[in-house]
Amino acid sequence: MTGMKMKNKTLKSNLITYGIVVAAFVVVQILLQTGSLSSLMKGLLIPLCVYVVLAISLNLVVGISGELSLGHAGFMCVGAFASAFFSKCTEASITVGPLRFCLAILTGAVFAGIFGILIGIPVLRLRGDYLAIVTLAFGEIIKNVMNIFYIGVDSNGFHFSTKDQFSLGMEADGKIIINGPQGITGTPKDSTFLIGVILILITLFIVLNLINSRDGRAIMSIRDNRIAAESIGINITKYKLMAFTVSAALAGAAGALYSHNLATLQASKFNFNTSILVLVFVVLGGIGNIRGSVIAAVVLTALPEMLRGLSDYRMLIYAIVLIVMMLFNWAPKALEWRERYFGRFFKKNAKEGE
Amino acid sequence: MSFLSYLINGISLGSVYAIIALGYTMVYGIAKMLNFAHGDVIMVGGYAAFTLMMTYSTNPLIAVLGAIVICTVLGITIERVAYRPLRGAASPLAVLITAIGVSYFLQNAVLLIFGSNPKSFQSVVGVPDLKLAGGALMITGETIVTIISCIVIMTVLTLFINKTKPGQAMLAVSEDKGAAQLMGININGTIALTFAIGSGLAAVAGVLLCSAYPSLTPYTGAMPGIKAFVAAVFGGIGSIPGAMVGGILLGVIEILGKAYISSQLADAIVFAVLIVVLLVKPTGLFGKMVQEKV
Amino acid sequence: MSAVLEVKNLGISFGGLRAVNEFNLTIEKGALYGLIGPNGAGKTTVFNLLTGVYKPSEGSVLLDGQEMVGKSTIEINKAGIARTFQNIRLFKQMTVLDNVKAGLHNHFKYSTFSGIFHTPAYRKAEKEMDEKAMELLEVFGLDGDAGQLAANLPYGKQRKLEIARAMATEPKLLLLDEPAAGMNPNETKELMETIHFVRDHFEMTILLIEHDMKLVSGICEKLTVLNFGEVLCQGDTSEVLSNPQVITAYLGE
Repeated sequence: MTGMKMKNKTLKSNLITYGIVVAAFVVVQILLQTGSLSSLMKGLLIPLCVYVVLAISLNLVVGISGELSLGHAGFMCVGAFASAFFSKCTEASITVGPLRFCLAILTGAVFAGIFGILIGIPVLRLRGDYLAIVTLAFGEIIKNVMNIFYIGVDSNGFHFSTKDQFSLGMEADGKIIINGPQGITGTPKDSTFLIGVILILITLFIVLNLINSRDGRAIMSIRDNRIAAESIGINITKYKLMAFTVSAALAGAAGALYSHNLATLQASKFNFNTSILVLVFVVLGGIGNIRGSVIAAVVLTALPEMLRGLSDYRMLIYAIVLIVMMLFNWAPKALEWRERYFGRFFKKNAKEGE
Repeated sequence: MSFLSYLINGISLGSVYAIIALGYTMVYGIAKMLNFAHGDVIMVGGYAAFTLMMTYSTNPLIAVLGAIVICTVLGITIERVAYRPLRGAASPLAVLITAIGVSYFLQNAVLLIFGSNPKSFQSVVGVPDLKLAGGALMITGETIVTIISCIVIMTVLTLFINKTKPGQAMLAVSEDKGAAQLMGININGTIALTFAIGSGLAAVAGVLLCSAYPSLTPYTGAMPGIKAFVAAVFGGIGSIPGAMVGGILLGVIEILGKAYISSQLADAIVFAVLIVVLLVKPTGLFGKMVQEKV
Repeated sequence: MSAVLEVKNLGISFGGLRAVNEFNLTIEKGALYGLIGPNGAGKTTVFNLLTGVYKPSEGSVLLDGQEMVGKSTIEINKAGIARTFQNIRLFKQMTVLDNVKAGLHNHFKYSTFSGIFHTPAYRKAEKEMDEKAMELLEVFGLDGDAGQLAANLPYGKQRKLEIARAMATEPKLLLLDEPAAGMNPNETKELMETIHFVRDHFEMTILLIEHDMKLVSGICEKLTVLNFGEVLCQGDTSEVLSNPQVITAYLGE
């Protein structure tokens, strides 16, 4: 097979991925028009987009760059707060909602990206489980530190404190923007399903094209064999940092989408469990398989809602489904068994998923 | 004087972390996996002891033994059902995610059985509080028992690993699974034994933790679990003295941080210290540096 | 003829162990040079010193007169030394073509922005990289496998792909670490021809570590024998191989 043919194959695979997203959007629109979507599912549409973007971005670190990150929620947190802060401050001056929101998403992405660089530089010297634990630590630190921020604004400008809202010392006309553990309230609800889907498409575009470029090859070569990559002159730190930063920025954008869908934004939401949840999407969807991340994020976010009829049992069933799916997808014995009985079907699927 | 009492509280909390971290570190050393469900086994241990004492009004000591038995069986079962099938999987992440699944499972199973209301745990410790310096410095019975338990467990575990045949087998498996198998060591058995010991220790940790901090919920184990994991990495994951030192240091930093800097930032301080340690010594305090051979 | 590589008095200790001591070596342009010696003699350590994986305790390595000691592995590769590994190190989850294109990394550049937005710069560079990579794959008889994952290649082809990837970095000096290890006689013979071809076609200077005496005597013009980290004997292949000291070192007393 020549390079040209291979390129066409990747192009086709990418188009299928975009197509799935667009098709899902159309189906949801039809369901919305015909009113056959429960209000619960409607409320889930934007979180679905958030998690899909998060899963794709985390897959860039875990699957493409081959490093385990347990602090993805931290970057989401930075993006969420930076963007909400931006929107609260510019609500009066920029009146065009969508424009303001685009700028807010960009703000979230840039801030999270900066954090990605700041954290990535020291952290990426570590490897394997040690890197994982340090990302976890940074995620928790970001959450904890956000919890003690108090920022307010009045006619004299911004006021800042890490103690409480009264220490801000504001004039009577002042208003609090970030209120410590209570976070930010009253962020304009700019997030829409359409913008969410567009954000997914942009994320896909960036990640898929990055993978298929010179930079992507460098990133993957480091994943596959660090020593060999060095021996052919690839700068390890630079490309690890690139993957980490792009991933952080995209998580920040997802955070912006998230925060503009909530009445109250609290830092405690961005805990270790959120990072883990996203990691579950990535691993279940297939490490390094971007399309798989999209599908896994949708299915697993919707699953607890679909199981709502089972009320108290739903999270228990979710846990069991998760364990069983992991065993079925990864256990060597299960793979052997699948190969034997459904060999052709699964093989074909696995190949297409690449 | 208050510094001293904070310090002692820190050592006490750290001792609990150390006992939990031992479970993490042993499992990591031998099965090369991060058992994220370990923290939840602690919680199950707490509930087991609670139920035995409250419902069956068992003697506290027997309740503790019962909790140890229950957790040991639980640990072996989890390993057999959820982890062993994934040995030899293409990615080490597979078993990590499965462990997270097990963690959710335990939390929600307990939630269904006991509900989400916190149970107030009755201390199992019958040792009276110790008043020193004319009452200015008080050391609770729980603190004394916790610290002593930690020392005893450390000693027994070290002796077990260095002096007994199964202990030596564990060392061999952690060093080189393939070679150990060729020497006729039962790998599956050794790993199961490791989980059994780790989970038994988790039960002890659960009871001690709940005796000192009496509110018990299905999520009680999660944060101490993560902290203990941090402690294990702090000390150099895979190293038993590392887990001990890491755990105690962590406990002390947390309590002192809470007392002198900010109670909201205590966790952040703990994690920041971890990051600094790892950046200076990338494999933890007692970790072995393994250079990849080119 | 000018010397491509000049190694003077190179040495390294690990702890108290002297792994390589007073190692000297001069390789002329276009030479096919062999580095042999019993197991544990320090051959791979020499490669690691030349490529900057280890920092030598003393000595100097000149590539075309330029000092390599003190440079990082990456800089040394950019300066013109490429290598293969004893235990094959391919990018296994990447295609054969992408393995070679990764080797071209520093020779065809475009910005990250171009890469994401597929600007004309991206298209042009990618097209050139494809052509160049396919050319190299053809030399090694791998063009038919371009779309395969490297992990799925048979052993002999994996070794060849590693050489192709190293060649893609356009080196002045190619270091091959036991290229024939684990190959059957037929594969070895084919490999010998390929190595010869690479030297002639690209006018490449090659230093190789090998255990297979047939391969060594078949293609190397000159040899250095290493024993316990020191040079035992150096010179033309036929002379070296008939040296009684060398025979003793290899076959024991």
